[in-house]
Amino acid sequence: MSELITNTDAPHHAGSRDGEAQRRRRESSATELPLARAINAGLQQAMRDNPKVLLMGEDIGPLGGVFRVTEGLQAEFGANRVLDTPLAESGIVGTAIGLAMRGYRPVCEIQFDGFIFPGFDQITSQLAKMTNRHEGQLQMPVVIRVPYGGHIGAVEHHQESPEAYFAHTPGLRLVSPSTPNDAYWMIQEAIASNDPVMFFEPKSRYWHKGPVDLSGSAAPLHASRVVRTGNEVTLVGHGAMVTVLLQAAELAASEGTSVEVIDLRSLSPIDYAPIVGSVQKTGRLVVASEAPGFVGISSEIAATVTEKAFYSLQAPVLRVTGFDTPFPPAKLETIYLPDADRVLEAVDRAMAY
Amino acid sequence: MAESDRMVQLLSADGVLQTEGPAAEYLPYIERLGDDELRQFHRDMVVVRRFDIEAANLQRQGQLGLWVPSMGQEAAQVGSARAARDHDHIFPAYREHAVALVRGVDLLGIIQLLRGTTHGGWNPAASKNFHLYTLVIASQTLHATGYAMGIALDGLHATGNPDTDEAVMVYFGDGSMSQGDLNEALVFAASYQTPQVFFLQNNHWAISVPVSVQSRIPLYRRAAGFGIPAVQVDGNDVLASFAVTARGLDEARGGEGPRFIEALTYRIGAHTSSDDPTKYRTDAELQSWVARDPITRFETWLRSRGEGDAFFSEVDEEAEDFAADIRARTYELGTPSTDKIFDHVYSEPHPVTAAQKSWLEGYEESMGSDA
Repeated sequence: MSELITNTDAPHHAGSRDGEAQRRRRESSATELPLARAINAGLQQAMRDNPKVLLMGEDIGPLGGVFRVTEGLQAEFGANRVLDTPLAESGIVGTAIGLAMRGYRPVCEIQFDGFIFPGFDQITSQLAKMTNRHEGQLQMPVVIRVPYGGHIGAVEHHQESPEAYFAHTPGLRLVSPSTPNDAYWMIQEAIASNDPVMFFEPKSRYWHKGPVDLSGSAAPLHASRVVRTGNEVTLVGHGAMVTVLLQAAELAASEGTSVEVIDLRSLSPIDYAPIVGSVQKTGRLVVASEAPGFVGISSEIAATVTEKAFYSLQAPVLRVTGFDTPFPPAKLETIYLPDADRVLEAVDRAMAY
Repeated sequence: MAESDRMVQLLSADGVLQTEGPAAEYLPYIERLGDDELRQFHRDMVVVRRFDIEAANLQRQGQLGLWVPSMGQEAAQVGSARAARDHDHIFPAYREHAVALVRGVDLLGIIQLLRGTTHGGWNPAASKNFHLYTLVIASQTLHATGYAMGIALDGLHATGNPDTDEAVMVYFGDGSMSQGDLNEALVFAASYQTPQVFFLQNNHWAISVPVSVQSRIPLYRRAAGFGIPAVQVDGNDVLASFAVTARGLDEARGGEGPRFIEALTYRIGAHTSSDDPTKYRTDAELQSWVARDPITRFETWLRSRGEGDAFFSEVDEEAEDFAADIRARTYELGTPSTDKIFDHVYSEPHPVTAAQKSWLEGYEESMGSDA
């Protein structure tokens, strides 16, 4: 744990102006953290803020999780707040529901994207529907953290992007940060939500550093965000794809095409205002995701933007996605996963209309 | 609760109190009961059976989409439910009408659920912690275990004060024994030593699948493999069901860990009103269980203790009134507002449900609907 991110507990040096000033300077300045550490810091802050926040999952205690996202938290908060569970995803989610009924705010870690399916029934048939079944007399403040996506060269079931399955389920909220700063703030907002939130963590970005403004404030959890402005083509994506889109935008600029990039941040609900506003300006939209395209988030956005901005479009909305196949063996993942060149190919097609 | 190789029975099928064998250690729980409490067992069972008959009739008359009969399982449910304290939490499956009655739920809520005017029917927080019915087999067992983990984390069991120490009881059937969720619940309960009682009503049939397909051994013996003490009880014996559950809950709330009870009973009726049990089970089997009827057995015993006709007539009359009231109020149930589609999908504002609710309102207005 970085010393910087624990500075809210720093001694105040009563009577020492220098100490206070130093503390304020440290608090107001952004620090650099890898995305995994930013989530760790966000979890730590949420647990300090509210004793009802619990973490539960496989190997999250002394080991700190297979990605070390919960490292050090059991040491600080104890085994009654960071629960190493038996290896049973349905059990983790199902007992989290019971704990939420008791007034706790459980944050469940699913070890890998492809391991979420044993918990699918409890998530979609129980967690998502509890508030509705109780006609508002019960809230379900449960967060399901899911490391997802490719680019890590791993074996089968360890590189998938299952978010569309859950976006199709009313009652769930889905978000995915692409930067350490968003990761730090969005995990705290997800925990503060009284609805269940699926928190998709782009695992290929876990160890990439970025600025985190610990003294800042959170953007709305479900707001999408323009991360690069341009006026000829709009690119939309989430999680690790945002980095790819920014690379593509840079390459496009070098070739003379001005590209706007939007980070979805929230997958359910989707914040369409910035997307529609951008398309009204550019007239062209390319939506990208790592997941297979059929019935995916990208398809949903393509359909909706076509409805909302039909007269602004100068080209069909194009999708750049993983192929409609199982995620391939790792040595083929760079072919399967959309990269900047595949995004640029779509940009060129959009420009050619 | 030592694991027993013999079923605990306090009342024989012909209503005679048993004092030897496995019964002996449970007699103290019965000796504590006063006459009014014993009469209440009978009243609960008779009222809920009459309710069950009325609801089945309402289904046949088109008032309900479906009915889930509880007939035959009254003793297992009333005995176990009466053993719980008001502050305990109860997680039912979907056939626990008698437990609902004992916990003070307005049973019209069950009618509404099966008529199709709600997915809930009552507020657990206002119904002595009787949680909503769960229709997916065994899902509720994990919710119960999670809740019990919460009690343990709160330090509200094992303090030695049974008036404040809490426990959880979860109901499920023999079909649940094959589901992953129940097995995971047993693993978690054992790992975290939760204050809870797993109450299995083995009614011998999971729709058309006999219990012999679920298990090669008596179901209660499975619990030992999880490290959870278990006992098998005659579920058509309300006294034994009460005593065994009271002890299990005492032990769970006292910090001894989870307990497992298998109540042997029988689903006299169909699985639901859509089922036809004559296709898969014999009349001889059915009649063998009718002969072990829980209400007749208990009435025989109460009469042997001197209870007279007046009491039984009074209860029958009360049950008739109860059924008439349910029928009258069923007729008054209208169609719910379309708001029910959209409200409470989320507990905080959501743009999609808000937009679709607004769209539907405009659409219905444009179609001249009075909805």
